Amino acid sequence: MNKLIKWGLPVVGLGVLAAGWWLGLAWAPPDREMGDVQRIMYVHVPLQWMAMLAMFLNFVAAVTYLVRSTASWKLDSTAEAAAEVGLVLGALGMVTGAIWGRPTWGVYWSWDPRLTSEAIMLVTYTGYLVLRRFVEDPDKRATWSAVVAILGAINLPIVWFSVRWWRSLHQVQSSPKTVDPQMVLCLRVSAIGLLLLTIAMLIHRYRIAMAERQAEVALPEALPGHGPAASVRDTPKVA
Amino acid sequence: MSTSRPRPIGLIGATLALLRKDLLIEWRTRARLNAIIFFALATLLMFSFALGPDTRQLEKNAGGYFWLAILFASVLAMGESFRVESENACLDGIRLAPADARAIYLSKALGNALLLIALGIVLLPVMVALYGVKVATGFVDLGTVLLLGSLALSAPGTVYAAISSNARARDVLLPLLLFPLVIPALLSLAKATSLVLQGDPMNQLGSWLGLLLGFNLIYWGVGFVLFPRIIED
Repeated sequence: MNKLIKWGLPVVGLGVLAAGWWLGLAWAPPDREMGDVQRIMYVHVPLQWMAMLAMFLNFVAAVTYLVRSTASWKLDSTAEAAAEVGLVLGALGMVTGAIWGRPTWGVYWSWDPRLTSEAIMLVTYTGYLVLRRFVEDPDKRATWSAVVAILGAINLPIVWFSVRWWRSLHQVQSSPKTVDPQMVLCLRVSAIGLLLLTIAMLIHRYRIAMAERQAEVALPEALPGHGPAASVRDTPKVA
Repeated sequence: MSTSRPRPIGLIGATLALLRKDLLIEWRTRARLNAIIFFALATLLMFSFALGPDTRQLEKNAGGYFWLAILFASVLAMGESFRVESENACLDGIRLAPADARAIYLSKALGNALLLIALGIVLLPVMVALYGVKVATGFVDLGTVLLLGSLALSAPGTVYAAISSNARARDVLLPLLLFPLVIPALLSLAKATSLVLQGDPMNQLGSWLGLLLGFNLIYWGVGFVLFPRIIED
Protein backbone atom coordinates (compact mmCIF):
# COMPACT_ATOMS: atom_id res chain seq x y z
CA MET A 1 0.00 0.00 0.00
CA ASN A 2 2.76 2.37 1.02
CA LYS A 3 4.79 1.57 -2.05
CA LEU A 4 1.72 1.96 -4.21
CA ILE A 5 1.24 5.54 -2.96
CA LYS A 6 4.95 6.33 -3.10
CA TRP A 7 5.49 5.22 -6.69
CA GLY A 8 2.03 4.72 -8.18
CA LEU A 9 0.65 8.18 -7.42
CA PRO A 10 3.44 10.22 -9.08
CA VAL A 11 3.60 7.87 -12.06
CA VAL A 12 -0.17 8.02 -12.64
CA GLY A 13 -0.12 11.79 -12.02
CA LEU A 14 2.66 12.31 -14.57
CA GLY A 15 0.83 10.09 -17.06
CA VAL A 16 -2.45 11.96 -16.72
CA LEU A 17 -0.66 15.30 -16.83
CA ALA A 18 1.22 14.27 -19.98
CA ALA A 19 -2.06 13.16 -21.57
CA GLY A 20 -3.72 16.45 -20.63
CA TRP A 21 -0.86 18.51 -22.03
CA TRP A 22 -0.66 16.42 -25.19
CA LEU A 23 -4.41 16.89 -25.72
CA GLY A 24 -4.03 20.59 -25.03
CA LEU A 25 -1.14 21.00 -27.46
CA ALA A 26 -2.28 18.75 -30.29
CA TRP A 27 -6.02 18.15 -30.07
CA ALA A 28 -7.72 21.22 -28.60
CA PRO A 29 -8.46 24.06 -31.02
CA PRO A 30 -6.37 27.24 -30.78
CA ASP A 31 -7.99 30.30 -29.22
CA ARG A 32 -9.74 32.64 -31.66
CA GLU A 33 -7.90 35.74 -30.54
CA MET A 34 -4.76 34.56 -28.76
CA GLY A 35 -4.00 31.62 -31.09
CA ASP A 36 -1.53 29.01 -29.87
CA VAL A 37 -0.35 31.26 -27.04
CA GLN A 38 -3.52 30.37 -25.18
CA ARG A 39 -2.35 26.73 -24.88
CA ILE A 40 -0.19 27.67 -21.91
CA MET A 41 -3.50 27.74 -20.03
CA TYR A 42 -3.28 23.95 -19.61
CA VAL A 43 -0.08 24.46 -17.65
CA HIS A 44 -0.72 27.79 -15.98
CA VAL A 45 -4.26 27.40 -14.67
CA PRO A 46 -3.79 23.96 -13.01
CA LEU A 47 -0.58 25.25 -11.37
CA GLN A 48 -2.46 28.20 -9.89
CA TRP A 49 -5.35 26.04 -8.73
CA MET A 50 -3.04 23.59 -7.00
CA ALA A 51 -1.02 26.41 -5.43
CA MET A 52 -4.24 27.83 -3.98
CA LEU A 53 -5.26 24.40 -2.76
CA ALA A 54 -1.90 23.87 -1.03
CA MET A 55 -1.99 27.32 0.60
CA PHE A 56 -5.54 26.65 1.78
CA LEU A 57 -4.35 23.36 3.30
CA ASN A 58 -1.57 25.29 5.04
CA PHE A 59 -4.10 27.75 6.48
CA VAL A 60 -6.42 25.00 7.70
CA ALA A 61 -3.52 23.11 9.30
CA ALA A 62 -2.27 26.30 10.99
CA VAL A 63 -5.69 27.21 12.42
CA THR A 64 -6.30 23.64 13.59
CA TYR A 65 -2.86 23.55 15.21
CA LEU A 66 -3.54 26.70 17.21
CA VAL A 67 -7.08 25.73 18.18
CA ARG A 68 -6.02 22.36 19.60
CA SER A 69 -4.54 22.48 23.06
CA THR A 70 -1.89 19.80 22.54
CA ALA A 71 0.92 20.18 20.03
CA SER A 72 0.29 18.01 16.99
CA TRP A 73 3.36 17.29 14.88
CA LYS A 74 1.16 15.90 12.15
CA LEU A 75 -0.59 19.25 11.68
CA ASP A 76 2.69 21.14 11.87
CA SER A 77 4.28 18.88 9.26
CA THR A 78 1.20 19.17 7.04
CA ALA A 79 1.45 22.96 7.21
CA GLU A 80 5.15 22.88 6.35
CA ALA A 81 4.67 20.48 3.44
CA ALA A 82 1.71 22.46 2.08
CA ALA A 83 3.53 25.80 2.25
CA GLU A 84 6.61 24.46 0.49
CA VAL A 85 4.73 22.64 -2.27
CA GLY A 86 2.38 25.60 -2.68
CA LEU A 87 5.28 28.01 -2.97
CA VAL A 88 6.88 25.94 -5.75
CA LEU A 89 3.59 25.61 -7.64
CA GLY A 90 2.75 29.28 -7.16
CA ALA A 91 6.18 30.39 -8.40
CA LEU A 92 5.85 28.19 -11.48
CA GLY A 93 2.35 29.52 -12.02
CA MET A 94 3.62 33.06 -11.86
CA VAL A 95 6.43 32.36 -14.36
CA THR A 96 4.05 30.70 -16.82
CA GLY A 97 1.65 33.59 -16.34
CA ALA A 98 4.39 36.09 -17.18
CA ILE A 99 5.32 34.08 -20.30
CA TRP A 100 1.67 34.24 -21.37
CA GLY A 101 1.33 37.90 -20.44
CA ARG A 102 4.14 39.12 -22.69
CA PRO A 103 2.52 38.21 -26.06
CA THR A 104 -1.03 38.83 -24.82
CA TRP A 105 -0.76 42.05 -22.83
CA GLY A 106 2.59 43.18 -24.21
CA VAL A 107 4.16 43.11 -20.76
CA TYR A 108 5.48 40.37 -18.49
CA TRP A 109 4.08 41.99 -15.42
CA SER A 110 1.24 44.30 -14.52
CA TRP A 111 0.10 45.68 -11.18
CA ASP A 112 -3.34 44.16 -11.27
CA PRO A 113 -4.92 42.76 -8.10
CA ARG A 114 -4.40 39.13 -8.87
CA LEU A 115 -0.77 39.36 -9.91
CA THR A 116 0.06 41.65 -7.02
CA SER A 117 -1.72 39.44 -4.49
CA GLU A 118 0.10 36.40 -5.81
CA ALA A 119 3.48 38.12 -5.63
CA ILE A 120 2.75 39.12 -2.06
CA MET A 121 1.57 35.59 -1.32
CA LEU A 122 4.88 34.18 -2.56
CA VAL A 123 6.88 36.65 -0.45
CA THR A 124 4.68 35.90 2.58
CA TYR A 125 5.22 32.16 2.40
CA THR A 126 8.92 32.61 1.69
CA GLY A 127 9.05 34.52 4.97
CA TYR A 128 7.06 31.72 6.60
CA LEU A 129 9.57 29.09 5.48
CA VAL A 130 12.53 31.27 6.47
CA LEU A 131 11.03 31.67 9.93
CA ARG A 132 10.74 27.91 10.23
CA ARG A 133 14.44 27.53 9.44
CA PHE A 134 15.44 30.16 11.99
CA VAL A 135 13.65 28.72 15.03
CA GLU A 136 15.25 25.64 16.60
CA ASP A 137 12.69 24.77 19.27
CA PRO A 138 10.09 22.60 17.47
CA ASP A 139 7.22 23.67 19.78
CA LYS A 140 7.87 27.37 19.31
CA ARG A 141 8.50 26.93 15.61
CA ALA A 142 5.14 25.24 15.16
CA THR A 143 3.21 27.85 17.14
CA TRP A 144 4.94 30.90 15.68
CA SER A 145 4.78 29.70 12.11
CA ALA A 146 1.07 28.92 12.57
CA VAL A 147 0.53 32.51 13.72
CA VAL A 148 2.51 33.82 10.75
CA ALA A 149 0.57 31.57 8.37
CA ILE A 150 -2.76 32.87 9.68
CA LEU A 151 -1.75 36.54 9.56
CA GLY A 152 -0.33 36.08 6.06
CA ALA A 153 -3.44 34.32 4.79
CA ILE A 154 -5.76 36.97 6.23
CA ASN A 155 -3.68 39.57 4.46
CA LEU A 156 -4.22 38.20 0.95
CA PRO A 157 -7.88 39.23 0.55
CA ILE A 158 -7.04 42.66 1.98
CA VAL A 159 -4.22 43.02 -0.55
CA TRP A 160 -6.52 41.92 -3.34
CA PHE A 161 -9.16 44.42 -2.30
CA SER A 162 -6.79 47.33 -1.82
CA VAL A 163 -4.94 46.79 -5.08
CA ARG A 164 -8.24 46.54 -6.93
CA TRP A 165 -8.95 50.05 -5.78
CA TRP A 166 -5.52 51.01 -6.94
CA ARG A 167 -5.77 49.71 -10.54
CA SER A 168 -6.85 46.67 -12.59
CA LEU A 169 -6.13 44.73 -15.86
CA HIS A 170 -6.23 40.90 -15.46
CA GLN A 171 -8.74 39.14 -17.65
CA VAL A 172 -11.84 37.79 -15.90
CA GLN A 173 -11.94 34.02 -15.48
CA SER A 174 -13.77 32.23 -18.28
CA SER A 175 -16.60 29.98 -17.21
CA PRO A 176 -16.85 26.48 -18.76
CA LYS A 177 -20.03 27.63 -20.58
CA THR A 178 -18.21 30.13 -22.78
CA VAL A 179 -15.22 27.90 -23.55
CA ASP A 180 -14.93 25.21 -26.23
CA PRO A 181 -15.71 21.79 -24.64
CA GLN A 182 -12.43 20.38 -26.02
CA MET A 183 -10.54 23.06 -24.13
CA VAL A 184 -12.49 22.34 -20.95
CA LEU A 185 -11.68 18.64 -21.20
CA CYS A 186 -7.95 19.30 -21.70
CA LEU A 187 -7.92 21.69 -18.76
CA ARG A 188 -9.69 19.21 -16.52
CA VAL A 189 -7.40 16.31 -17.47
CA SER A 190 -4.32 18.48 -16.86
CA ALA A 191 -5.73 19.64 -13.54
CA ILE A 192 -6.44 16.09 -12.37
CA GLY A 193 -2.92 15.02 -13.37
CA LEU A 194 -1.38 17.91 -11.49
CA LEU A 195 -3.65 17.26 -8.51
CA LEU A 196 -2.37 13.67 -8.25
CA LEU A 197 1.19 14.92 -8.59
CA THR A 198 0.58 17.59 -5.93
CA ILE A 199 -0.82 15.01 -3.53
CA ALA A 200 2.22 12.83 -4.15
CA MET A 201 4.56 15.75 -3.45
CA LEU A 202 2.61 16.70 -0.32
CA ILE A 203 2.77 13.16 1.04
CA HIS A 204 6.48 12.90 0.31
CA ARG A 205 7.27 16.28 1.90
CA TYR A 206 5.03 15.46 4.87
CA ARG A 207 6.98 12.27 5.53
CA ILE A 208 10.27 14.17 5.47
CA ALA A 209 8.85 16.76 7.87
CA MET A 210 7.54 14.09 10.24
CA ALA A 211 10.92 12.34 10.22
CA GLU A 212 12.58 15.67 11.05
CA ARG A 213 10.13 16.32 13.92
CA GLN A 214 10.71 12.84 15.34
CA ALA A 215 14.46 13.30 15.16
CA GLU A 216 14.20 16.71 16.86
CA VAL A 217 12.00 15.44 19.67
CA ALA A 218 14.05 12.28 20.20
CA LEU A 219 17.45 13.98 20.08
CA PRO A 220 17.00 17.60 21.23
CA GLU A 221 20.76 18.05 21.63
CA ALA A 222 21.20 17.31 17.94
CA LEU A 223 19.04 20.30 17.02
CA PRO A 224 20.60 22.66 14.50
CA GLY A 225 22.11 25.80 15.96
CA HIS A 226 24.23 24.13 18.65
CA GLY A 227 27.36 23.63 16.61
CA PRO A 228 29.30 25.09 13.68
CA ALA A 229 27.96 22.34 11.42
CA ALA A 230 24.41 23.55 11.90
CA SER A 231 24.74 26.82 10.04
CA VAL A 232 26.40 25.06 7.12
CA ARG A 233 23.56 22.57 7.00
CA ASP A 234 20.85 25.20 7.22
CA THR A 235 21.88 27.99 4.90
CA PRO A 236 21.33 26.37 1.50
CA LYS A 237 17.80 25.37 2.49
CA VAL A 238 16.85 28.95 3.20
CA ALA A 239 17.70 30.22 -0.24
CA MET B 1 -6.52 45.24 54.25
CA SER B 2 -3.14 43.55 54.15
CA THR B 3 -4.11 40.18 52.75
CA SER B 4 -1.39 37.93 51.37
CA ARG B 5 -3.01 37.57 47.95
CA PRO B 6 -2.41 40.45 45.55
CA ARG B 7 -5.52 42.08 44.13
CA PRO B 8 -6.10 40.84 40.57
CA ILE B 9 -5.67 43.60 38.06
CA GLY B 10 -7.87 44.02 35.01
CA LEU B 11 -6.81 44.01 31.38
CA ILE B 12 -6.91 47.78 31.03
CA GLY B 13 -5.14 48.36 34.33
CA ALA B 14 -2.38 45.94 33.43
CA THR B 15 -2.05 47.46 29.96
CA LEU B 16 -1.71 50.95 31.36
CA ALA B 17 0.80 49.85 34.00
CA LEU B 18 2.96 48.10 31.38
CA LEU B 19 2.64 51.00 28.97
CA ARG B 20 3.68 53.41 31.71
CA LYS B 21 6.71 51.23 32.44
CA ASP B 22 7.72 51.13 28.76
CA LEU B 23 7.26 54.86 28.31
CA LEU B 24 9.27 55.52 31.46
CA ILE B 25 12.14 53.37 30.19
CA GLU B 26 11.92 55.18 26.87
CA TRP B 27 11.84 58.60 28.52
CA ARG B 28 14.82 57.84 30.79
CA THR B 29 17.06 56.79 27.90
CA ARG B 30 15.33 58.23 24.84
CA ALA B 31 17.57 55.83 22.94
CA ARG B 32 14.92 54.37 20.68
CA LEU B 33 13.24 57.65 19.77
CA ASN B 34 16.55 59.36 18.99
CA ALA B 35 17.75 56.45 16.90
CA ILE B 36 14.62 56.18 14.79
CA ILE B 37 14.27 59.96 14.32
CA PHE B 38 17.76 60.25 12.86
CA PHE B 39 17.33 57.08 10.87
CA ALA B 40 14.07 58.32 9.34
CA LEU B 41 15.53 61.78 8.66
CA ALA B 42 18.45 60.19 6.85
CA THR B 43 16.01 58.06 4.85
CA LEU B 44 13.99 61.13 3.79
CA LEU B 45 17.21 62.81 2.75
CA MET B 46 18.33 59.72 0.83
CA PHE B 47 15.11 59.70 -1.18
CA SER B 48 15.80 63.23 -2.35
CA PHE B 49 19.30 62.23 -3.46
CA ALA B 50 18.14 59.02 -5.10
CA LEU B 51 15.52 60.90 -7.15
CA GLY B 52 17.74 63.75 -8.25
CA PRO B 53 17.06 67.41 -7.83
CA ASP B 54 13.63 67.36 -9.48
CA THR B 55 11.49 68.87 -6.72
CA ARG B 56 8.23 68.31 -8.58
CA GLN B 57 8.78 64.56 -8.50
CA LEU B 58 9.59 64.68 -4.79
CA GLU B 59 6.51 66.76 -4.14
CA LYS B 60 4.31 64.38 -6.08
CA ASN B 61 5.50 61.29 -4.21
CA ALA B 62 6.09 62.88 -0.81
CA GLY B 63 3.39 60.75 0.88
CA GLY B 64 4.99 57.51 -0.22
CA TYR B 65 8.49 58.52 0.86
CA PHE B 66 7.22 59.77 4.20
CA TRP B 67 5.59 56.44 5.01
CA LEU B 68 8.51 54.40 3.70
CA ALA B 69 10.78 56.32 6.06
CA ILE B 70 8.42 55.61 8.96
CA LEU B 71 8.09 51.94 7.94
CA PHE B 72 11.86 51.43 7.86
CA ALA B 73 12.25 53.19 11.20
CA SER B 74 9.37 51.19 12.67
CA VAL B 75 11.22 47.94 12.02
CA LEU B 76 14.08 49.21 14.19
CA ALA B 77 11.77 50.53 16.88
CA MET B 78 9.61 47.44 17.15
CA GLY B 79 12.52 45.02 17.08
CA GLU B 80 14.03 46.98 19.97
CA SER B 81 10.76 46.96 21.97
CA PHE B 82 11.13 43.25 22.75
CA ARG B 83 14.91 43.29 23.03
CA VAL B 84 14.44 45.35 26.21
CA GLU B 85 12.44 42.49 27.68
CA SER B 86 14.88 39.74 26.76
CA GLU B 87 17.54 41.26 29.04
CA ASN B 88 17.47 39.64 32.48
CA ALA B 89 14.49 37.52 31.35
CA CYS B 90 12.15 40.46 31.93
CA LEU B 91 9.43 38.95 29.75
CA ASP B 92 9.29 35.89 32.02
CA GLY B 93 8.94 38.20 34.99
CA ILE B 94 6.01 40.04 33.41
CA ARG B 95 4.35 36.77 32.53
CA LEU B 96 4.69 35.55 36.12
CA ALA B 97 2.93 38.69 37.37
CA PRO B 98 -0.82 38.19 37.74
CA ALA B 99 -1.60 39.98 34.52
CA ASP B 100 -3.25 39.00 31.25
CA ALA B 101 -0.77 38.09 28.50
CA ARG B 102 -2.90 40.14 26.12
CA ALA B 103 -2.09 43.22 28.21
CA ILE B 104 1.54 42.76 27.15
CA TYR B 105 0.47 42.88 23.53
CA LEU B 106 -1.73 45.95 23.97
CA SER B 107 0.91 47.85 25.92
CA LYS B 108 3.70 47.01 23.48
CA ALA B 109 1.60 47.77 20.41
CA LEU B 110 0.30 51.02 21.87
CA GLY B 111 3.81 52.02 22.95
CA ASN B 112 5.14 51.34 19.45
CA ALA B 113 2.27 53.30 17.90
CA LEU B 114 2.93 56.26 20.19
CA LEU B 115 6.60 56.17 19.21
CA LEU B 116 5.69 56.19 15.52
CA ILE B 117 3.25 59.06 16.02
CA ALA B 118 5.99 61.06 17.73
CA LEU B 119 8.33 60.20 14.86
CA GLY B 120 5.72 61.33 12.33
CA ILE B 121 5.23 64.64 14.11
CA VAL B 122 8.98 65.28 13.96
CA LEU B 123 9.27 64.19 10.33
CA LEU B 124 6.37 66.24 8.99
CA PRO B 125 7.98 69.69 9.06
CA VAL B 126 11.17 68.20 7.62
CA MET B 127 9.21 66.67 4.78
CA VAL B 128 7.42 69.95 4.14
CA ALA B 129 10.76 71.73 3.91
CA LEU B 130 12.71 69.09 1.97
CA TYR B 131 10.06 68.14 -0.57
CA GLY B 132 8.30 71.50 -0.82
CA VAL B 133 4.80 70.22 -0.04
CA LYS B 134 1.80 72.03 1.43
CA VAL B 135 -0.93 70.59 3.61
CA ALA B 136 -3.94 71.11 1.36
CA THR B 137 -6.92 69.67 3.20
CA GLY B 138 -6.04 70.50 6.78
CA PHE B 139 -4.13 69.19 9.76
CA VAL B 140 -7.05 67.20 11.16
CA ASP B 141 -6.96 64.91 8.12
CA LEU B 142 -3.19 64.65 8.34
CA GLY B 143 -3.40 63.81 12.04
CA THR B 144 -6.01 61.12 11.34
CA VAL B 145 -3.79 59.56 8.67
CA LEU B 146 -0.79 59.63 11.00
CA LEU B 147 -2.79 58.08 13.86
CA LEU B 148 -4.33 55.31 11.74
CA GLY B 149 -1.02 54.65 9.97
CA SER B 150 1.01 54.32 13.16
CA LEU B 151 -1.60 51.99 14.65
CA ALA B 152 -1.71 49.96 11.41
CA LEU B 153 2.06 49.44 11.35
CA SER B 154 2.39 48.62 15.04
CA ALA B 155 -0.44 46.05 15.33
CA PRO B 156 1.07 43.34 13.09
CA GLY B 157 4.60 44.65 13.71
CA THR B 158 4.38 43.98 17.43
CA VAL B 159 3.26 40.38 16.84
CA TYR B 160 6.14 39.78 14.44
CA ALA B 161 8.65 41.58 16.65
CA ALA B 162 7.73 39.26 19.53
CA ILE B 163 8.32 36.27 17.27
CA SER B 164 11.50 37.41 15.60
CA SER B 165 13.13 38.72 18.81
CA ASN B 166 13.54 35.10 19.90
CA ALA B 167 14.61 33.66 16.56
CA ARG B 168 17.99 33.56 14.90
CA ALA B 169 18.70 36.32 12.34
CA ARG B 170 15.98 38.49 13.89
CA ASP B 171 17.10 41.61 12.05
CA VAL B 172 16.40 39.95 8.72
CA LEU B 173 13.30 38.14 9.84
CA LEU B 174 11.19 41.07 11.04
CA PRO B 175 11.20 43.06 7.78
CA LEU B 176 10.85 39.87 5.75
CA LEU B 177 7.67 38.99 7.65
CA LEU B 178 6.32 42.49 8.11
CA PHE B 179 6.82 44.16 4.72
CA PRO B 180 4.50 41.93 2.67
CA LEU B 181 1.90 42.16 5.42
CA VAL B 182 1.70 45.93 5.61
CA ILE B 183 1.46 46.47 1.85
CA PRO B 184 -2.29 47.25 1.97
CA ALA B 185 -1.65 49.73 4.79
CA LEU B 186 1.31 51.31 3.00
CA LEU B 187 -0.67 51.63 -0.20
CA SER B 188 -3.61 53.36 1.45
CA LEU B 189 -1.29 55.52 3.61
CA ALA B 190 0.64 56.75 0.60
CA LYS B 191 -2.59 57.49 -1.26
CA ALA B 192 -4.27 59.17 1.70
CA THR B 193 -1.22 61.30 2.48
CA SER B 194 -0.94 62.38 -1.14
CA LEU B 195 -4.60 63.39 -1.08
CA VAL B 196 -4.07 65.38 2.11
CA LEU B 197 -1.01 67.11 0.67
CA GLN B 198 -2.30 67.76 -2.85
CA GLY B 199 -5.99 68.28 -2.28
CA ASP B 200 -8.86 65.87 -2.61
CA PRO B 201 -11.17 67.08 -5.39
CA MET B 202 -12.80 63.67 -5.94
CA ASN B 203 -13.45 63.10 -2.22
CA GLN B 204 -11.48 59.82 -2.11
CA LEU B 205 -9.82 60.32 1.26
CA GLY B 206 -12.71 58.73 3.15
CA SER B 207 -12.46 55.38 1.36
CA TRP B 208 -8.71 55.10 1.98
CA LEU B 209 -9.20 55.98 5.63
CA GLY B 210 -11.94 53.34 5.76
CA LEU B 211 -9.55 50.74 4.38
CA LEU B 212 -6.98 51.74 7.01
CA LEU B 213 -9.59 51.49 9.73
CA GLY B 214 -10.56 48.00 8.55
CA PHE B 215 -6.89 46.94 8.44
CA ASN B 216 -6.47 48.21 11.99
CA LEU B 217 -9.56 46.42 13.29
CA ILE B 218 -8.48 43.12 11.73
CA TYR B 219 -4.88 43.16 12.90
CA TRP B 220 -5.50 44.57 16.38
CA GLY B 221 -8.15 41.86 16.80
CA VAL B 222 -6.01 39.00 15.44
CA GLY B 223 -2.94 40.17 17.36
CA PHE B 224 -4.95 40.44 20.57
CA VAL B 225 -6.28 36.90 20.19
CA LEU B 226 -3.07 35.18 19.01
CA PHE B 227 -0.42 36.98 21.06
CA PRO B 228 -0.80 34.86 24.25
CA ARG B 229 0.13 31.78 22.18
CA ILE B 230 3.32 33.42 20.96
CA ILE B 231 4.82 34.16 24.34
CA GLU B 232 3.65 31.03 26.14
CA ASP B 233 6.26 28.45 27.04
